[in-house]
Order: sequence, then C-alpha cells, then structure tokens
Amino acid sequence: MKLEMGHIFINDIQFGEVSKIENGVLYVAEEAVREIVLEDEKIKSVSFDIARPGESVRITPVKDVIEPRCKVEGKGGIFPGVIAKVDTVGSGKTYALKGMAVVTAGKIVGFQEGIIDMTGLGAQYTPFSKLNNFVMVCEPVDGIKPHDYEKAVRLAGFRVACYLGELSRDLTPDETKVYETYGIMEGKEKYPDLPRVAYVQMLQSQGLLHDTYVYGVDAKKIVPTIMHPTEVMDGAIVSGNCVSACDKNPTYVHLNNPVVHDLFEEHGKTINFVCHIITNENVYLADKMRSSDWTAKLCRFLDLDAVIVSQEGFGNPDTDLIMNTKKIEAEGVKTVIITDEYAGRDGKSQSLADSDPSADAVVTGGNANQLITLPKLDKVIGTLDYVNVIAGASDHTLQEDGSLVVELQVLTGATNETGFNLLSAR
Amino acid sequence: MVKGIEATGLPVVHLCTVTPISMTVGANRIVPTIAIPHPLGNPALDKDEEYALRYKLVEKGLQALATPVDGQTIFE
Amino acid sequence: MSKIKVVHYINQFFANIGGEEMAHVPAEIRVGEKIGPGLALAQAFGEEAEIVATVICGDSYFNENLDKAKAEILEMIKSQNPDIVVAGPAFNAGRYGVACGTVCEMVQEELGIPTVTGMYAENPGADMFKNKVYTCPTKNSAAGMRDAVKKMAPLALKLAKGEPIGASCEDGYMPNGTRVNLFEKERGSKRAVKMLLKKLAGKPFETEFPMPTFDRVEPAAAVKDLSKATIALCTSGGIVPKGNPDHIESSNATRYGEYDITGVMDLTEDTYETAHGGYDPVYANEDADRVLPVDVLREMESKGIIGKLHNKFYTTVGNGTAVKSARAFADEYAQKLLADGVDAVIMTST
Repeated sequence: MKLEMGHIFINDIQFGEVSKIENGVLYVAEEAVREIVLEDEKIKSVSFDIARPGESVRITPVKDVIEPRCKVEGKGGIFPGVIAKVDTVGSGKTYALKGMAVVTAGKIVGFQEGIIDMTGLGAQYTPFSKLNNFVMVCEPVDGIKPHDYEKAVRLAGFRVACYLGELSRDLTPDETKVYETYGIMEGKEKYPDLPRVAYVQMLQSQGLLHDTYVYGVDAKKIVPTIMHPTEVMDGAIVSGNCVSACDKNPTYVHLNNPVVHDLFEEHGKTINFVCHIITNENVYLADKMRSSDWTAKLCRFLDLDAVIVSQEGFGNPDTDLIMNTKKIEAEGVKTVIITDEYAGRDGKSQSLADSDPSADAVVTGGNANQLITLPKLDKVIGTLDYVNVIAGASDHTLQEDGSLVVELQVLTGATNETGFNLLSAR
Repeated sequence: MVKGIEATGLPVVHLCTVTPISMTVGANRIVPTIAIPHPLGNPALDKDEEYALRYKLVEKGLQALATPVDGQTIFE
Repeated sequence: MSKIKVVHYINQFFANIGGEEMAHVPAEIRVGEKIGPGLALAQAFGEEAEIVATVICGDSYFNENLDKAKAEILEMIKSQNPDIVVAGPAFNAGRYGVACGTVCEMVQEELGIPTVTGMYAENPGADMFKNKVYTCPTKNSAAGMRDAVKKMAPLALKLAKGEPIGASCEDGYMPNGTRVNLFEKERGSKRAVKMLLKKLAGKPFETEFPMPTFDRVEPAAAVKDLSKATIALCTSGGIVPKGNPDHIESSNATRYGEYDITGVMDLTEDTYETAHGGYDPVYANEDADRVLPVDVLREMESKGIIGKLHNKFYTTVGNGTAVKSARAFADEYAQKLLADGVDAVIMTST
C-alpha cells in the first residue's frame, strides 16, 4: 500500500471573510465554522480563538488536538467510519496542513483535560506550543451527560478539521513524501535480508471517556489486528479520551504517529517495516490476557524479528505493556518499549506498576509527576475554573501571583508514550 | 557466586566478614566471620583456641544449612 | 565569595602508606594537605574550591573496626567544617569502595554535608551506596583517575553550591533510583528505533529505564540430616595448592580452580596458599584453613557430624572479578557439584 503525503505549510491563522489558504496563511470564516460545529444539537454555543507560538496564551481545558487533512486521491476519506464513510484508507494521495492544529476545549470531565501554554516553561514541554492553534471552546446544552458532551466535541473537532483540510485540495504541496509497505510475500522478496519489524500500538480503551476509535469501532471491542502503517495517516485511529493529558494520544499524534514515521525512515534500508499491529488496554484481566496473547501470536505469525511497543496512559495499562513485552519476547521477537513514568514528585517511587526482566529495552517519555511552575499568562482561552482539579494539580496549584504549580501531567502531550518528544528521564 | 550455586537447588551458607556485601549479592544463609584476611581464624590466639573458634563457626554454618529460611538470613 | 572547603577521604594505598600489608593503619587526618588523587581533584577544582584536609584510613582497619573508625573519621571531618566531602575514587577495590560509601553516607546523615564518591560499577560498594550517595562510575583501576576526577569534581562543586543536580547521564553519576527528567537530542520514537537496531544486531544498548530487578534466588531447602550429607567447600578467597598450578589471576580472574583433597586432613603452609591479590595474604599462607576450613570439616566427618566432606573444592579469586564471570564460574561448578551428589555447600569469602 502506497500513500503520497503532500504537506502544505501553514505559517499563520487569521479570521477572514472567506475561508482559504493563501501564501501559507489560513484564513477562517468564523460563521462558516460555527455552522459546522452547531450542526450538533448537543452543542449550545462555540467560541473560536487563535493561539500562536510564543504568545502569552494558555489554552485549557484541552480535549483534543487535530491536524487538518484532505484526501485528494485514493479510496475513502479522512477519519473513515467517523466522518468519512467506512472504506480502507492509507493509499493514494493525502494533503496535510502542517504547522497548525485544531484544538478542542471544554469542561467535559473537568479534571481530565489538559493545558497548552504557548510560551514559558510549559511551552517547552507540550509539543503543541509549536503550532498555530485554531481553538474551539464548545459549550454543551444544559443537562447533557459527560459522555454525550465528549462525543459532540470530539466529532465537532473532526468536522472542523476536515473542513479546513478541504481548503488545500487544489493547492500544490510545499513538500511531498511517499510511504509504502508491501504484502507479506512481496516484502520478503523485496527485502530478503532485512529484519522484519512491526509497530505494536496499545490504544487507550479503559472505558467510558477513556476510549479510542478505529474506523469508528470502539477499541475496547477489538481483538488485536493488523493495519498498513499508512492507514493512520488518513485518520483510521482517533482519540476519544479524557484521561491524564500528558500521555494520552491526541488525534494529532495518531495522524503523525512518530513511531510509524521513524520506522519508515529505516524501511528498506536497515529494516523491512512489515505492518502496524494495534491492541487495546482493557480493564478486565481476561481481556488483557487475550489481547496480549494475540499480539504475541500475530508477531510470531508474521515471522517478525522485532517490534516497538508503545503504551498509552498509565497504571493498569503498565500491566498490558509488560504482558505484551513478556509474551512477544517469549516468541523470540525482540522488543523495545516506550512508556512514561510516575515516579513521584521526588522521583523516588517505583516508576511503573509492573515490571519484568524481559523488558530490557525501554524508552521513557519522562516522569509525569515532576513539579513545574507555570507563569501567569496574559490570556486564557477556555477557563481556569478547573486548574485546581485537573490530574496533576492540587488545591494549591493556583498561586497568589497567578502562576500555577503543577505536575507535568497537566500539559497535553508532555510525556507522550509514542516517543513524540525529546523528554526522557534517568 | 552463592546465587549461582543456590539456583541449582543446593543450599549454600556464606561464611564472610563483610555481611552487607553478602546481602547485596543475594546470599540467603549468611554467617559473619572474624576478619577479612582470616575469616575462619585468628592469628592472635593459640593454635588450639583458634581451632576451636573455627570449629564453632563451621558448626554455625552447618546449623544454618540445616535450618529452613524464607529469605536472606544472617545467623549471628 | 570564599573558596568551597573540601575534605577528601582516601585509603592507605592512595595515601602512599602501603598496600595490603598496611591496610590495618588507623584513621588519621592531615590538615592542609592534598594527597594522591587529591592533587588531581584540586587541579580540577581550580580556584573554586580547595581541599582543606585529607582523611586517611586503612581499608582493613575501617571494615574491621567499623564503629570506632566511623566515629573517629566523623570527628575529623567535622573539625574541618567542610562544604563538601569527596571520597575516593575507589575504582574496583571492594573494601575501599564500601568504606567510601560508608563515610559519605555517615557525613550526609550526621553532618548534613553533601558528598561525592566514585568507583567501578561492579565494586560492591556501588550497589550498597549508589542510591544514597552520589557515586560516579569509574574505570576498574587507577588508570582511570583522570576520567574519574573529570566527573567527580564538577559534581562536587555543584553539590557544594547547592545547585540542582541533573539526570544521572547529564551529571555523571550512577543511576541512583531517583528519576530525573531531561531533554534528549532526539525524540523518543527515534531513540526507540535506534535501540531496536542495536538490539537486532546484538550490539550493546542502554535502556532508559532499567526494570527494577529483584535478582534473588529462592533459598534452597535445608539439609535434613547433616550426618548423611556430603558437604562441599568453595571459596572466593583464592586458596590454591602451593605454587598456584593453574595460574589463577590475583585480580579479575578469568578462571576458577578445582582441586582434589582426597586424604588431605589439614591445609599447611607447605601445601596451600592464596592467589587472591586483594587482602593481606600472610595469614592465609600461614594456614589456609583460616580461609578454607578443611581441618575442622575432617574432624566433623570422622565424628559423624557430617556424612562426608566432598573430595573436591572449588576456588576463585573474588578480587575485582567481574560479577558476570563470577556468576558463570559458579553456574559451571555448581553443575559439577550437583552431578557429584553433593548435598550442601559452604562458601567462604575474604
């Protein structure tokens, strides 16, 4: 399967009369996007704002971050089974608006959303501070249940992203990259001597508001399966979760999965990147056993030599991570795992809830419990109502001078477990 | 060393002077001894006294081997 | 600002007093002197810090008179009111490493003064103290002095000034169980791919998070009836037949010895000696039973206290021998012991 990715660089976002992309600037007609958001009767009102890198702006509570894309050629459309009709994606041609994102915000669960600071110390930790962010803060109709609110905001974000992505359909990309993987036999013939490597991605699926969707299917209802690595570039996997902000994968991370991209870098040179295996992190032991059995089975079935395993979230998913690693290694397939740590504010606690000697190659996204002080910023997009209660904050978070004393946990994407960042720990 | 032997299922008693090291390396039955250059002797004593001292330490070691333990145990 | 005051702790060897034969020398303080490694440290400190005194103690004296030695050394260090205490580097000298760690831990706890030491990763002192005392990894011999000082001196200055300490890989100390965040040059996924390529190629790679190892072996079942048991003797004290026929190295040994003691009732000065280079050999050479108690076990055998003393003993030199090779030796001869019907093992260490 072959996908050509065309990158359209977006250097700035501005409101305008007509939505368009011109000379690297995205102009957004506010009324047009409002209409798109309010298609959903569960959303009462929406406000839009723009946050640029370096501005004294704090966005919170952040739910999702989405990169606008457009399916230009080939089967299916962006976010199949969610926005586009179900069809296998990952081939043909897709354009992406690089350097920007749609950020959805709202007080859905309150305590499980995150913060994006566009400047200061916090900006060093959240990768989304480097993007021009088109922020939409959605207010729900009265009396709505949190999971309905979550769904409404999730889908509204995707609709807006697709609308903005469509603006690039007739443009000429600034940069083009081609990604291609092969069928099992074909790949073996093409790269007979290269080690066979796959990516095992664990998807957050711990239940209501902790979900991930694959072609529209709730990931807790899947058994581990195989995908072409290009499928995620068209939005085959989307985020639907409200969980600690630092190590959940916003949709932006699924679209730009760094493990997929960095394995492609080596594909055909030092490895044969065979496929992308997805599995889940369910709350029942039987599910954990079955899913880890299956990932190991698939690894063996595909005659893999090695895999990279990435986690999402923490706590009991640590057990899934270790079960996967142990069972995959037991099949004679080498593993490198990516996780993050909850080693306490002093860094002295046990980092993971589970461990096994077979997990001898670990990349860490850092200690999410590390305390940092975020300076008071001039402008808040969203509301600070929740900063004392979001995961990683405390009663004492909001200081008299307006600064926030928080754990890294609160920053969206700060300790991402797909290896999105430079942060690590020793 | 002691771990390598014990891994085969043979009980081992470690007679040594610096017992914290023995704890770190993972010995399960530990008997503290006299001094580093002469764990089972003491040149300051008469031959007979020294022999008796050594006899006692070895006896303690044998008792340790005959004693079931749950984890790392120092037989003082 | 006045210079940072440093007290340096070293053993008798690095103080040029002597080797193992002088390991019994008691603690002393030399005010205003920098000695041996202290010269290199002082150079690295430059104008920022000064070694105001050097405390010296024999390794055997320290380990055998622990409480007394500790009390004496504490008083000596306290008298100088230093900003930081540096101990070692001890390289792969086991007792020296333990002494350095012990002194540092005591100084931190009793005096609240920060400390730094340095030693080889496999020095037993490293495992014992690296989580309590900032311990810089060094090479396994004094040839690594320059490299050791390069790590220890800047860390000591940072600690003395109360500056925040970075992650272990940034500030050159052994991972100490306290996780510290840092920014790498490459993103995590790239680091994972690189690690994977190394692992695939069978090359060494370094995990960013070593899984906590509970490397413990379940205690074996107790011997039921000593009077029927075959007991084998093993030692890491390097006891060998006189002349060391297999040329077992005195340090970081690459082989172990297997010797028949059928009919041997007593180890004498004329028949046995030690090959170990890490402790004073005089006493073991005079009477090797002091390390490997063959004489006593023969008596117990004749009295019927034990069934039998196994007719072979196994010997290694524990001095600076890599943990991995020690383990490999033990794995190998343990199989022999098992095959020979041995019921239990007495292991002696110096």
